[in-house]
Amino acid sequence: MTAPATAQDSGYNFAYLDEQTKRMVRRAILKAVAIPGHQVPFGSREMPLPYGWGTGGIQVTASIIGLADVLKVIDQGADDTTNAVSIRRFFARTAGIATTEKTEDATVIQTRHRIPEMNLRDDQIIVYQVPIPEPLRWLEARETETRKMHGLADYGVMHVKLYEDIAKYGHIETSYDYPVLINGRYLMSPSPIPKFDNPKMHEMGALQLFGAGREKRIYAIPPYTRVESLDFEDHPFQVQTWGAVCAICGDGESFLDEVITDDQGGSMYICSDTDHCGRRVVAGHKGPGGPEEST
Amino acid sequence: MTTMSAQEARDDGPLLTATGISHSYGDRIGCRDVTLDLWPGEVLGVVGESGSGKTTLLNCLSARFIPAAGALNYLLRTGETADVYAMGEAERRMLMRTDWGFVHQNPRDGLRMGVSAGANVGERLMAVGARHYGAIREQVTDWLGRVEMDLGRIDDLPTQFSGGMQQRVQIARNLVSGPRLVFMDEPTGGLDVSVQARLLDLLRGLTNDLGLSAVIVTHDLAVARLLSHRLMVMRRGEVVEQGLTDQVLDDPQHAYTQLLVSSVLQT
Amino acid sequence: MTGVDAMNDDDAPVIRLEGVAKSFVLHNQGGIELDVFRGIDLDVFAGESVALHGPSGTGKSSLIRLIYGNYLCSTGRILVRHGGGVTDIAKAAPHEIIELRRHTMGYVSQFLRVIPRVPALQVVAEPLRAVGIRADEAEARAGEMLARFNIPERLWSLAPATFSGGEQQRVNLARGFVMDYPVLLVDEPTASLDHANRDVVIDQIRAAVDRGAAVVGIFHDAAVRETAATRIVELTPAGAAA
Repeated sequence: MTAPATAQDSGYNFAYLDEQTKRMVRRAILKAVAIPGHQVPFGSREMPLPYGWGTGGIQVTASIIGLADVLKVIDQGADDTTNAVSIRRFFARTAGIATTEKTEDATVIQTRHRIPEMNLRDDQIIVYQVPIPEPLRWLEARETETRKMHGLADYGVMHVKLYEDIAKYGHIETSYDYPVLINGRYLMSPSPIPKFDNPKMHEMGALQLFGAGREKRIYAIPPYTRVESLDFEDHPFQVQTWGAVCAICGDGESFLDEVITDDQGGSMYICSDTDHCGRRVVAGHKGPGGPEEST
Repeated sequence: MTTMSAQEARDDGPLLTATGISHSYGDRIGCRDVTLDLWPGEVLGVVGESGSGKTTLLNCLSARFIPAAGALNYLLRTGETADVYAMGEAERRMLMRTDWGFVHQNPRDGLRMGVSAGANVGERLMAVGARHYGAIREQVTDWLGRVEMDLGRIDDLPTQFSGGMQQRVQIARNLVSGPRLVFMDEPTGGLDVSVQARLLDLLRGLTNDLGLSAVIVTHDLAVARLLSHRLMVMRRGEVVEQGLTDQVLDDPQHAYTQLLVSSVLQT
Repeated sequence: MTGVDAMNDDDAPVIRLEGVAKSFVLHNQGGIELDVFRGIDLDVFAGESVALHGPSGTGKSSLIRLIYGNYLCSTGRILVRHGGGVTDIAKAAPHEIIELRRHTMGYVSQFLRVIPRVPALQVVAEPLRAVGIRADEAEARAGEMLARFNIPERLWSLAPATFSGGEQQRVNLARGFVMDYPVLLVDEPTASLDHANRDVVIDQIRAAVDRGAAVVGIFHDAAVRETAATRIVELTPAGAAA
């Protein structure tokens, strides 16, 4: 599954972006790392794919990646979905770098909606694609006001959202893009990852970078930084559970996707992290199996 | 005279002191050289016609904006006096959401229309660090009850309420933190007369029972008479007359006040 | 001795008017100036009830309103003993007058300013609540006073807005007499009352005098004046002849 470095397509600058743009993005990244959780504006460029397809993440990746790097791209945990495949091919072509689907082999991991199950190391960098970087946005429409709120650490209203959940559903229903407080200071959107992944962000070894292309914001969590999920004393933060195991590898502790298998309501659960699942199968783990499939 | 009321603990002096407040919008005068003291437990009415500068004054007094000239001092619970205009933004915000309240004429300006009535009321508590849902919920329920809201509607959005009910939610939202000073801009403006009467009665009861100090801007002299102890009459940005409410209304001195009082329809 | 110093003695007057004048300037009617009276001097001592007397237009009601702070004094001093000191109503700040009214000085007129939706019992209990008396005690005393003015108990929980004129007047009287103020101002309290209720008013005023209050009143009815007042002060358009 690992593709070695090849020759870069000569029609492009290395990793598509010009060097000045990459410098600009790197400056934004340095500032973001220096102020964990703080959203740094940057001059987001037009990319050869639409907003919402990861333009922010791609610009961050393009600015930090070097010839020696090995890139892994996942979308909803899977390496083989359209978005992941095309971004991986984009960098293979414009930068000629090696790519992989193996989490442990990657030096840079670009992701949409998931964090790999495997603990990331401090020689790795994870780049998140972010649609809406402002966690306060749905409570406060004015950017001038949200900036002031961040400046003053004026975050009490964020609990209003969680309050609404409990009032409506009896528990905190928010299950993805679950707000976190970084290093006790900045409120941050973790991007639309499931809250299942929130605990992985806490004290993570890898540098975490976030890019929002349309909203033109970059933010970061340096390695080994405190990341707390907001909650109430009487409704503490909890991650999802399924009461099921992966049909393929039998794992009951990873993030599971429900797959509908027929028109009669039949379904099975499989690991969202395909690399994790595959590694377990190789190691001899076996799940209960789903319905018979032609493959 | 053997018993002491809460309002009586006033040896410390005025709660709010404004000195020489002036603010203009370009050539147009908002308010000019207004000086006043507001004592603990005192309700000050500010009357005048549209454009007289009463809302500008209210915004200056409540530090919603800082005027071109003037000083504003507030007696904190600690007994210290704070220069409100010189406060840091964080400190001022904290003051505004704990010790102060602001009731807007239009509830849309004072409520988050996208979240439930309960969340609107609970927000102040959460903003100052309340993190126990059950306790927050209890206080919210208590306050919605005190403003005579149907508790079955605690989780409904304000958009589903009538104007009078929205105003009640806004009042509860302001009072839940136990403020000592509340600013109100035409709190009953735009409501039906019957709804207005009930709301006035509610406000009157709340200010009495809680010993609140308040500054109430209104163009309605009957509202001013019912709610305020003291009255300030504004015209073209200046205070033309001030005094005890019943004295200003029953024995007005300034030509403009006499005109205002004589213009009220008798029913 | 005059003024404030003289009033600090125990046997000094509770109310002292010095050179009090009142005029109204009607700005919107050509700025005409109406002189009501001038040069009024009056001492009122504890334990007496002074009836202001004179033809209509001599400013009896105006004088009472001046003492209460409801009208602004044009010149002169209006000194009232309050809380161990002496306050000049003519110069006092609004919050001082409010404080003085809350504890020291009551005012009873024949007209009730109806407050929407507040039950009669609360209307009467309010002055007691304002000085910090507990709700249950205040309501008990308010009920007693309402009963004394022959307001049936079934009306106590209703807002007086719907009451007859006579009932409203009696609710107002009950409110005015419920507190034992050291200074009591009464303006035609018995007008249009029946005999039974008129006697209640007279009893209340006499009781106030007996407990040492200083009372200033206007009593149109000569019989009432005779029984309710201990001294009569004639007002003439030119001034007072005390």
